[in-house]
Amino acid sequence: MSAPTTERPQPSGLLGQARARRADPLFRALLMVAASSVLLILAAMIIRTSIEAWPVFAKEGIWGFLSGRQWSVGTSRSEVTGTYGAFPFIYGTLLISAIAIAFAVPLAIGIALFTNELAPSWLKRPLTYTVDTLAMVPSIVYAFVGMYFFRIEVWAPVGQFIAGTPAGEIPFFSGPVLLSSYWSAANILAIMILPIITAICRDVFAQVPADEKNAAYAMGATKWEVMSRVIVPHSFSGIVGGSMLGLGRALGETLAVAVLIGSTRDMTSSVFQPGDAMTALIANTFADAHPEAIWALLAIGVTLFFITMIVNIAARLIVARVNTRVGGGAVV
Amino acid sequence: MSVQTPTRPAPGASERPSLHVTTPNARRRTLMSRVMAAVLFLTVMAAVTPLAILLWQVLSNGWGPFGWEFLTTIEPLSYRETGGGYLHGIVGTLYMTGVAALVSVPLGIGAAIYLTEHPTGRYASVVRFFTDVMTGVPSVFVGLAIYALLVSGSGGLGLGFGTLAGATALGVIMLPIVVRSSEEMLRLVPTDLKQASYGLGAREWQTTLKVTLPAAAPGLTTGVILAVARGAGETAPLILTALGAREVIFRLTGAPQADVGLLMLDGFRQPFEGGIQRAWAGGFTLILITLGLSIIARIIARRSQI
Repeated sequence: MSAPTTERPQPSGLLGQARARRADPLFRALLMVAASSVLLILAAMIIRTSIEAWPVFAKEGIWGFLSGRQWSVGTSRSEVTGTYGAFPFIYGTLLISAIAIAFAVPLAIGIALFTNELAPSWLKRPLTYTVDTLAMVPSIVYAFVGMYFFRIEVWAPVGQFIAGTPAGEIPFFSGPVLLSSYWSAANILAIMILPIITAICRDVFAQVPADEKNAAYAMGATKWEVMSRVIVPHSFSGIVGGSMLGLGRALGETLAVAVLIGSTRDMTSSVFQPGDAMTALIANTFADAHPEAIWALLAIGVTLFFITMIVNIAARLIVARVNTRVGGGAVV
Repeated sequence: MSVQTPTRPAPGASERPSLHVTTPNARRRTLMSRVMAAVLFLTVMAAVTPLAILLWQVLSNGWGPFGWEFLTTIEPLSYRETGGGYLHGIVGTLYMTGVAALVSVPLGIGAAIYLTEHPTGRYASVVRFFTDVMTGVPSVFVGLAIYALLVSGSGGLGLGFGTLAGATALGVIMLPIVVRSSEEMLRLVPTDLKQASYGLGAREWQTTLKVTLPAAAPGLTTGVILAVARGAGETAPLILTALGAREVIFRLTGAPQADVGLLMLDGFRQPFEGGIQRAWAGGFTLILITLGLSIIARIIARRSQI
């Protein structure tokens, strides 16, 4: 026996109107468009640049472009007259990225282990913020401070020291040590890619089951033994994925490399000598490039895009398999 | 009276070592653990030291030339001259970042809502994957692509260098960051809230706009601010899209636009003291903008944590 309601509730003004019924499909369509915009933008960028760069690839051949060593720019407005071989730039990009990875990955693993396992709980959040702050510093500021402080006070002296040790006998580490070099560019890259690798490492280390760690402790393992024999092996593919994400960033980093690498075309065997990289070439020569040279720069850009794309897709597949939540990696 | 010793050694105890006695092997392992803890601490120092040096360099060198004059005047025509400032660059940076945010934030949050509504859909996972991939696209490639799409007259739209092209490039860089961080935040909104809204008869768009988005607002703001900070700090794509200017530009298209990063790049590569001083102040400005924004974002994030 229910109490009689005073009045029947009136249907809301929207109910039953044709416009209101169309609102939800319209809303869903808008969301669909927004979601598709990512794919559309990506597709538009790659198709447009590939078409613009095509004349250069057509003249040199794709393999010829990738392996050619001569880069002499023509001044035509309508056809490709120069010779375009991108090998010195590809070599420089790969070399400095490899050195940067070699420095950054062990550091990132160490920082992530310290943050997750050793740091007292009050220190964890500030430590995380500090490393993430490295990712927020603009690239131009890295370039500037690298040029006016780090390469003079830190990297060149360290390079001088290495060239003076027996390792200096190897052509790869031989002197003289110049301020603008593959070495300086690689060092700044190592600092710049540290945050993303550290973030991924922190995420995957945190996912190691507590049971496995506790089991190791119960067997009498020391903290280091738990870290080196339980946590790191358990997270191995995550570390590989994070490193590849870092590699992707290193390959595409522009200004710090453009300022510090020295921009010479002759590929010297020593890391302490200047060289050039793909991104550096684009940033340094675009402003006064002829139309023809811009096509060549676009061809370099397309090459760079595909290299980073392959690295990134592989990295994302690895990280996604290990870690279903990689939000940290997207933001940092 | 004979006192019996309370702890008589158990039979055969002499052969078993006490737990308090450490073997050389155990001592070595403990020592190893301590040494490695110190090594790990050193790796942390290896990351903190460059950051400290970097911030110190920018603060100590940038503080002097930074000031009211720097913020309110434009750069003198010669890099030799001291004085003057980056007004045109600051206007350009904020203008382009603002336009970029106006487009990429609604678009990004829309895409994020789509991804949250379809957590396992096939199309959604394709979008999610390529959004992740897009965060790794080199910023200089984005600049080249926007040059080919918008700036260049042959095949592109032929808008020329300027604010719109620069803003588009920054927007493309910000978009995937907005999408992924917003999706993380929207996923945290309790399903109960949404179901309560549907239970009251709200439509999908009403639930999303009036329940889900407000509930996730602090988190969304954090992600958006971080994306904007990233955009404001980008310079590489602007070399190819904004090109740089020597006066304050308010036009959206038709005139190259200035940017703090571009002015710094021109300034510090010249061997003249005046230009270098202004570049330090410019670096100080950029650090102020990006780190300021990220600190604001973190304060909001912390306050919104339940």
